[in-house]
Amino acid sequence: MISLAGRDILHAWGKFVLTGIGLGLLIGVTLTMAGVYRGMVDDANVLLDNSGADLWVVQKDTQGPYAESSSLYDDTYRSILGISGVARVANVTYLTMQVSQIGDGKARDVRAMVVGIPPDGAGHPGQPGYLVEGRRLTRGHFEAVADIASGFALGDRIRIRRNEYTVVGLTRRMVSSGGDPMVFIPLKDAQEAQFLKDNDAIRAQRARTAQSPALNRPGVPGLLDAVIASQSTNTSVNAVLVQIEPGTDPEAVAEPIRRWKHLSVYTRMQMQSILIEKLIATAAKQIAMFLVILAIVSAAIVAFIIYTLTMGKIREIAVLKLIGTTNRTIAGMILQQAVALGLIGFVVGKVAATFWAPVFPKYVLLEPGDAVRGFVVVIVICVLASVLAIRAALKVDPAEAIGG
Amino acid sequence: MKNFISLHGRTIALASVLVLLAGLLGYVALRAGPMAPVAVTVISVDSQAIKPALFGIGSVEARFTHKIGPTFAGRIRRVEVQSGDHVAKGQLLGEMDPVDLDDKIGAQEATLRRAEATLLAVEAQVQEVGARKAFAEIQTKRYEQLLVASSVSEEGAEAKRQELQIAQASLAAARANLDASRQELIRVRADRDGLVRQRANLRLISPVDGIVTRRDADPGTTVVAGQAVVEVVEPSSIWVSVRFDQQRAQGLSAKLPAQIVLRSRAGELLSGQVLRIEPHADAVTEEILAKVAFTQIPQVLPPIGELAEVTVALAAQKSMPVVPNASVQRVDGRLGVWVVEDGSLRFAPIKTGATDLDGRVQILQGLSGGEQIVVFSFKALDANSRIKVVDRIVGKSS
Repeated sequence: MISLAGRDILHAWGKFVLTGIGLGLLIGVTLTMAGVYRGMVDDANVLLDNSGADLWVVQKDTQGPYAESSSLYDDTYRSILGISGVARVANVTYLTMQVSQIGDGKARDVRAMVVGIPPDGAGHPGQPGYLVEGRRLTRGHFEAVADIASGFALGDRIRIRRNEYTVVGLTRRMVSSGGDPMVFIPLKDAQEAQFLKDNDAIRAQRARTAQSPALNRPGVPGLLDAVIASQSTNTSVNAVLVQIEPGTDPEAVAEPIRRWKHLSVYTRMQMQSILIEKLIATAAKQIAMFLVILAIVSAAIVAFIIYTLTMGKIREIAVLKLIGTTNRTIAGMILQQAVALGLIGFVVGKVAATFWAPVFPKYVLLEPGDAVRGFVVVIVICVLASVLAIRAALKVDPAEAIGG
Repeated sequence: MKNFISLHGRTIALASVLVLLAGLLGYVALRAGPMAPVAVTVISVDSQAIKPALFGIGSVEARFTHKIGPTFAGRIRRVEVQSGDHVAKGQLLGEMDPVDLDDKIGAQEATLRRAEATLLAVEAQVQEVGARKAFAEIQTKRYEQLLVASSVSEEGAEAKRQELQIAQASLAAARANLDASRQELIRVRADRDGLVRQRANLRLISPVDGIVTRRDADPGTTVVAGQAVVEVVEPSSIWVSVRFDQQRAQGLSAKLPAQIVLRSRAGELLSGQVLRIEPHADAVTEEILAKVAFTQIPQVLPPIGELAEVTVALAAQKSMPVVPNASVQRVDGRLGVWVVEDGSLRFAPIKTGATDLDGRVQILQGLSGGEQIVVFSFKALDANSRIKVVDRIVGKSS
């Protein structure tokens, strides 16, 4: 049996393929936009995954450390360690700032989330789960493990506030909820970095303190030094990350900390809702809105293309009717062409999206589920659009083949 | 016929486009989707004797810091030295304003001279009384002889005896007076010496050969008792006060060799030795404090308070299986490594021992050596992950 649709496609195959590719690029953009949205949500989720924590202990009545600022004394972890069900705890600080790379010809700034973690080694909360190069922190000072998205390489020297750090390890997909790459540095340095002002500000503060008659009394030698020393220490952290014993209910461990330690505690589920429903909600909705509009526009364009393609062949269809071709055959031809166009479009779109996704500065997550949904939607739209075209084709008068 | 060939050609062209697209889709599905294998690098576990080391930071300090200042409140008259000056033991560094101390010393000098004069007068008096007594003795003796010869009356002899007794009493009184004057002289001299010492105490003297590290007050400043005016340290006594994280300070002990890098001289390794571990640790910062001495004091003295990085080498461990710390992960609450067996993954729980600063971890339990383990991976692994072994992950396009 001769495939009418196949024959027709072969008749103008170049036009058909080019239309398919054009359609495909449009579908690719839609898929990419879905990927951008998924990527945003994924950034928030990996932030939680990467912290390796089951519970986040933060300052009372704050939603820290990601959504709000939170400040705890760094010895708070001692009392949390004593709570039953707690396996491991770690102090952690988060600070989003510009990190500058130093070195000849390499000087540049990178926006990064500087994470202060105790250099406890693998498996402790706050530690990166896996590396792609180098090693974990082993020294208590002046080493850094950076995410490859920052563009740093092993052995690079970076400057955070006044200290220089050597990049000793690289991670992947360690990002903040805003997609900034993380740079892990030892906790003590991070506490200093978070607190430390630039030298000019420190000198000005010293002078200010020295001018205060209450703090610089003539008859009390050493008072001024003591006051200045107390002004330049920081014993705060942003959160305490807690890993619980396997098989323990997180809520059962969190409750005594909330009640007796007067701190706020979030479980994984609660933290996820804070991040996704509060922190990135507006940005994500913005992208989602755009995605919806883009999908509608794409669907309309696909429908119009198929309709116009059919209308362009209206004379040939009239001839077919004239020679007695059944309506069923004609409808089949149009439907098959539409679906074929959709298939080519989807494949081109999927391939294009996959190839350009890594080029995006922020993470674009192309989920297979989205691809399947996209495929189904494309086919459905093609079928619906072909229904319009079929109606128009079947209404055509066979006399048109001879006339006008 | 021509039409057929052209139709045939079109079919081939269309088919080739479709095959290309299908191929690309297949590639995308297999290489970029969830079915894509995860790129990993592997390493063979071997036995090594690692040399653990401790890393800490500290500041350059002087073992003995001499804070030199007055013992009484007062005003500074002059300061002779600037910070950075070398001073010798006993050298005058500065002086406090003596106010009326010099006048008091003058008054005491006058008193002393008066006491000396008084002493001379009393001594003369003793001589005078002594002469009178000697004369009275001779007279008495002569009258006694004359009385025996009945040349003088009994009354005349009595009178001479009495004169002698009076002369003797006068002499005793004069001698006592002399003693009192001598004691007075001693007292006045002691008073004067005391004032001179107080005066000397206002001079600020360096107790050691050293370097002036601070000059905290200038002439005219009023300082309280005990407040430092000048600070002097001995260059030979500088050391580094180092802080080590308590959690990682296992094995730290005195006499271990250390390497010191001063912040101002990065790249220059100075050798040193752990002198002692302080009996008190810092409870707030959770650090152990130690003192590390330079084997040889640097020619150019580092400034007191400069930041120094100290690496203390611990004794080498015995040879046992070691893995890079990047390979160690926690999965379901257990610490372990991913072992590659016949192209598939198995999670091997391990117990880790000592680590060194290069990130090598001893395996106490769980691996025997020779296993192939995953070091780096492109993403987090699980037991069902398909893997593709590559040389390195960074720098690959996927």
